[in-house]
Amino acid sequence: MHVVVCIKQVPDTTEVRIDPKTNTLVRAGVPSIMNPYDIHAVEEAVRIKEQVGGKVTVITMGPPAAVQVLKEAVSLGADETVLVTDRVFAASDTFATSYVLASTIQKIAGSEPVDLIFAGKQAIDGDTAQTGPGIAQRMNLPLLTYVEKVRSIDVENKKIVVERRLEGSKQIVESTLPALLTVEKEINDVRYATLPNLIKAATHNPKAWDHTVIEADRTKVGLKGSPTRVGRSFVQQLTNEPGEIIEGTPQEAVVSLVDKLFAEGHLVADR
Amino acid sequence: MSMESHRGVWIFLEQNHGEMAPVSWELAGAGRRIADKLDTELAGVLLGDNVEDLAKQAFAYGFDKVYLVEDGALKDYRNIPYTKAVSMLVEKYKPEIFLLGATTMGRDLAGAVATEVQTGLTADCTELEVEEDTRLLHAVRPTFGGKLMATIICDVLRPQMATVRPRVMAAPEQQEGRTGEIIREALPMKEEDIVVKVLGYIQENVKTANLDEAEIIVAGGKGIGEAKNFKLVEDLAEVLGGTVAASRAAVDAGWIGHEYQVGQTGVTVRPKIYIAIGISGAIQHLVGMQTSEVIIAINKDPEAPIFKTATYGIVGDLQEIVPALTEELRKRLAGESTTEGVEVASN
Ligand SMILES: Cc1cc2nc3c(=O)[nH]c(=O)nc-3n(C[C@H](O)[C@H](O)[C@H](O)COP(=O)(O)OP(=O)(O)OC[C@H]3O[C@@H](n4cnc5c(N)ncnc54)[C@H](O)[C@@H]3O)c2cc1C
Ligand SMILES: Nc1ncnc2c1ncn2[C@@H]1O[C@H](COP(=O)(O)O)[C@@H](O)[C@H]1O
Repeated sequence: MHVVVCIKQVPDTTEVRIDPKTNTLVRAGVPSIMNPYDIHAVEEAVRIKEQVGGKVTVITMGPPAAVQVLKEAVSLGADETVLVTDRVFAASDTFATSYVLASTIQKIAGSEPVDLIFAGKQAIDGDTAQTGPGIAQRMNLPLLTYVEKVRSIDVENKKIVVERRLEGSKQIVESTLPALLTVEKEINDVRYATLPNLIKAATHNPKAWDHTVIEADRTKVGLKGSPTRVGRSFVQQLTNEPGEIIEGTPQEAVVSLVDKLFAEGHLVADR
Repeated sequence: MSMESHRGVWIFLEQNHGEMAPVSWELAGAGRRIADKLDTELAGVLLGDNVEDLAKQAFAYGFDKVYLVEDGALKDYRNIPYTKAVSMLVEKYKPEIFLLGATTMGRDLAGAVATEVQTGLTADCTELEVEEDTRLLHAVRPTFGGKLMATIICDVLRPQMATVRPRVMAAPEQQEGRTGEIIREALPMKEEDIVVKVLGYIQENVKTANLDEAEIIVAGGKGIGEAKNFKLVEDLAEVLGGTVAASRAAVDAGWIGHEYQVGQTGVTVRPKIYIAIGISGAIQHLVGMQTSEVIIAINKDPEAPIFKTATYGIVGDLQEIVPALTEELRKRLAGESTTEGVEVASN
């Protein structure tokens, strides 16, 4: 079983702030992390390898610094990694990104057939959830999004059964392999990296491929290959009356708040 | 690509076993407005098995046309036949704008269709505008965890596709007796060619119903710090006879289930009293609770945006404030006087 996992390095959006004066994103000093959903994708791939045997290859498209997340994937149990990196990829939207990643997977499959592809449900920097569906469509593979559980894998008959999250229910589906799955965090609990894997990660050197290696058409990547463009960006604010801050020590503030709630009739005592 | 060959605003009419996703009707209002501005038609795309009745409802919501594909293979949503049918419709009838709900189904389908028909797609929008002269769609969406809003355009390819978050737009009134045209097409594939099979469903008790109707809601956010501290929120809710809720950050941290999330991607609530504890007040949270009658915010950061929306705010450590508030309310609701001896009106 050869599993390929697509991971993305993202800024930790919980650390991103908006400069109140300029209304722009403050990214300086914000750590880069592996997209949280992708960690679960790597974990699931490694679990499947442990269960049925095989190999896990992790790929990312990004700047040279993205080597970091590939090393982290190795610490979680990945066998091989590829950094797809090239200046011409800069400013790719999800349409162009899925082209680059699909081309990369096709290249990998050329030397070693791929049975299963994992992506995260979405990347937290953009929350688009479009890259996975884009790759599946380009490779003409069945797409199973929002997977919360892999129920079974039948290696011999090349079949997989998963549970997918829907609004208010889960759908149980069977698909032929190869297939592309995007995963929710519920799919597993990520285990701690083992010492041997940590050592392996420390010395690991990902392959670096540019557009020529994956035989990608230059006009289909980067800004040129991206149909969407970002126009204006801004900070959204609600326009309403600011509220009243209740001053005092915690105890005073609490009493005065409760007084107001009673006085205004929002609360009434039981007796 | 010739832009003139593409006309009409389309909306994917998402149904699940005959039940419409509310977001489809929510989109009807925006779709109608955009179509009128562009002086073009508003059409729905409806797929399923035996769903023609829903097309009639669509006319009442302001649609001029419905493209209908009915087939046994479309009974359950599956990406493969839905992508095939919708892509066929887009290629044949060439809409200039195509909107879908940002539900699990809508996002799954939109990503595949946009790739298949080779056009740009903007995910999870919260606002849609259109420029009359250029006929460009300006799709506004949150990025970087909601901290920044961005306007996305797709100027060289058609249709301009976008998915729109449920519950950010209001559904228009239905107009009884309004009719329109149904255009039927056949599914361009057979069941045997579909390699994905639905084996069943696991129904869940969705607990959102009580949040929708709750009169008092006590919500905890990331500031709660750890799972066991959620007890502070629960205790306060209990004293008030209210319901607990949470921000997405608290849900993501695993302290409480999805069904308790308030906000753009959670439930929209309108209680009499909403108490936000350790919640910063991101716009995606505010849109889900800002119409509450009284909003009380407890946060240690005086600059937290929640204070701009709150009726009353207390700046301080929730670990101190919340237990004190719970205790004070316990006494006062039972008709006792406060610790400081203030006289209370009882009835
Ligand atoms: C497309 C999209 C949809 C989204 N949908 C939703 C949604 O439906 N609902 C939602 O809530 N969010 C949603 N979000 C996320 C939203 O943007 C915010 O990230 C989230 O609401 C932040 O949650 P929070 O306020 O709990 O956490 P934070 O922003 O981390 O705020 C924590 C707050 O706690 C305070 N605090 C910390 N310690 C203490 C203490 N000891 N005492 C008092 N105060 C303390 C801090 O000052 C801070 O203000 C969405 C985002 C996107 C991009
Ligand atoms: N640059 C990238 N390199 C590798 N995988 C990516 C990249 N961008 C997105 N992905 C994958 O696609 C998923 C969804 O991303 P997005 O469509 O940006 O929300 C992520 O969780 C990753 O698995």
